[in-house]
Amino acid sequence: MDTIVPATDRGGPAQPLLLATGLRKHFPIPGGLLGRTTKVVRAVDDLSLAVAKGETLGVVGESGCGKSTVARLLIRLIKPDRGTMVLDGDPVDEPHGITVNELRRQVQMVFQDSYASLNPRLTIVETLAFAPKAHGVPAAEARERARDLLAKVGLEPANFADRYPHELSGGQRQRVNIARALALRPRLVILDEAVSALDKSVEAQVLNMLVDLKQEFGLTYVFISHDLNVVQYLSDRVMVMYLGKIVEIGHVDAIYGSPQHPYTRALLSARPSMDPRKRTKEAPIQGDPPNPIDPPSGCRFRTRCPYAEDVCARVEPVLADTGAQSVACLMYTAGSGHSKAARP
Amino acid sequence: MSNLLEVRDLHVTFVTPDRTVHAVNGVSFDVARGETLGILGESGSGKSVTLRSILKLHPEHRTRWSGSIRIEGDEVLSMGGKALADLRGNRVSMIFQEPATAFDPVFTIGQQIAETVRRHTGKSDAEAWKRARELLELVRIPSPAQRLKAYPHEMSGGMRQRAMIALALSCNPSLLLADEPTTALDATVQIQVLLLIRELQRELDLGVIFVTHDIGVAVEVSDRIGVMYAGKLIELASVEQMVDSPRHPYSRGLLASTVHEGMRGKRLEAIPGAPPDLSAPPAACSFAPRCKFAEAKCLAAPPPLRETGDNHSVRCVLAA
Repeated sequence: MDTIVPATDRGGPAQPLLLATGLRKHFPIPGGLLGRTTKVVRAVDDLSLAVAKGETLGVVGESGCGKSTVARLLIRLIKPDRGTMVLDGDPVDEPHGITVNELRRQVQMVFQDSYASLNPRLTIVETLAFAPKAHGVPAAEARERARDLLAKVGLEPANFADRYPHELSGGQRQRVNIARALALRPRLVILDEAVSALDKSVEAQVLNMLVDLKQEFGLTYVFISHDLNVVQYLSDRVMVMYLGKIVEIGHVDAIYGSPQHPYTRALLSARPSMDPRKRTKEAPIQGDPPNPIDPPSGCRFRTRCPYAEDVCARVEPVLADTGAQSVACLMYTAGSGHSKAARP
Repeated sequence: MSNLLEVRDLHVTFVTPDRTVHAVNGVSFDVARGETLGILGESGSGKSVTLRSILKLHPEHRTRWSGSIRIEGDEVLSMGGKALADLRGNRVSMIFQEPATAFDPVFTIGQQIAETVRRHTGKSDAEAWKRARELLELVRIPSPAQRLKAYPHEMSGGMRQRAMIALALSCNPSLLLADEPTTALDATVQIQVLLLIRELQRELDLGVIFVTHDIGVAVEVSDRIGVMYAGKLIELASVEQMVDSPRHPYSRGLLASTVHEGMRGKRLEAIPGAPPDLSAPPAACSFAPRCKFAEAKCLAAPPPLRETGDNHSVRCVLAA
């Protein structure tokens, strides 16, 4: 008897699995007199996205771009200041929709630090049985299912079930974290730098496993990483973020094959060359990403952009469909006033 | 005397009451002046331990060393006191992964660089500050005069790493040791720092040892690449040879399992298993348990590092 039944598809394949509209999260920084807020980190600003059923949406960007904040918002580990979310037609945390708890059953997350995300006092089998038990599965059955899950992530249950997290290697621990994310039969798994701490030879094992599990359980992934090569390998669509905003989003081949936003182009050509005869001659852009406290006015990338003009400081670009992808850049906005933009 | 650094049969063992770790098990290599050697390896391969041994940075009472490390002919492992202090900074210096923890948070960048210059060269205060400013210019930090007055936390990650390179170069060392200096940096910043290290190495004719786990990074900066596994160099070759025709099954597996363009939709060639436990010195090829080509002779004895022509060395009995 399987007490935990995966949620059934409701809206059909064309309805996005997860739709987020106008998400905003600002973190106030207490300071100044009497602890009053003087500054805010604008981590995510009016961000909208749709995750299609069965796809892998890759999210790339540098530190401070808000990609982890997006992950935490999507699973409601933090509450957005503004914005709405709809899971397969059901509004989240609204009177006629589903609760945050129900959202978290259908959306699960895997974190970067495999050790910090496991309870050191629970054996692996107890860790994996914990959430199903909390959702009403009898203990014996939950443990049985936990052993099955261990086998699915390539860890021999007889050998691993009764171990503690410190008795596992990093790769093995991350397999346990992935198994735990699957224990409630979710539909969407958010992988936040889930393979970034692993050695390359182990990373390849886990990536292969993620591909297999997606197929077997009919999963949808949001895959967040700073590693552009890994994102390209795994994703169907890719979203590029800069200082809390989406700058470009589209099919993986469009983003990697013909990137349009100057930031996307810079990010892609900053990848180290794998060919010693074609080493990088010049860094594509100079300087560090600015602090998300007080981001630049207008286009947030303008301070590092080789094509920036006066208009970029005044007008904030919005995502505009350019065919294969959507780009937030005044050069691609007809009539924006940028010298490279089409005339209206 | 052509080689700046000669490491011969280096063994490093850490001994505590609870356990013993054979971290480095017989490493030999040379670094010439003006050459960059990349050391590539995964966590626990002994790459950082090897690097830190060159400055004798490991805790004296818990570390057992054997073999030889010679800098311009002088044996490092027998150095102590004044000789060691003179080696560190003046002849060999090091940059680390995390510049935020390598700097003292309560002093400005300028104070820290100037103090180093004063202490090592005996220059006056004014001269030391002048030198600190030149160093910030050398590492291409914009508005260096203002930046001298900045505290480490007031700088971005990329700026701090540049400042650490400035500090490392303050006493004109001939050998620079770099321990994953770009790993904590963002992609667009990493490439700037890699190019800076490459340029400075040429300008100052430095020998550089660059330890990294990232093949792409190693390819960008290195003249030669050494691959480490379980405390041994298992392959040493020019960067072109290593990328075009790696000979050791582990090097081949590492290159094949590194995701790069054009691999989409294909299954990755993962190396099964995990690196060995280093509580005992290896009695056979350490990679054999994970190697798909392993034969009985691989388990008979530890394979020697053999020259296979063109200055390409491999530690594998099966490699031609």
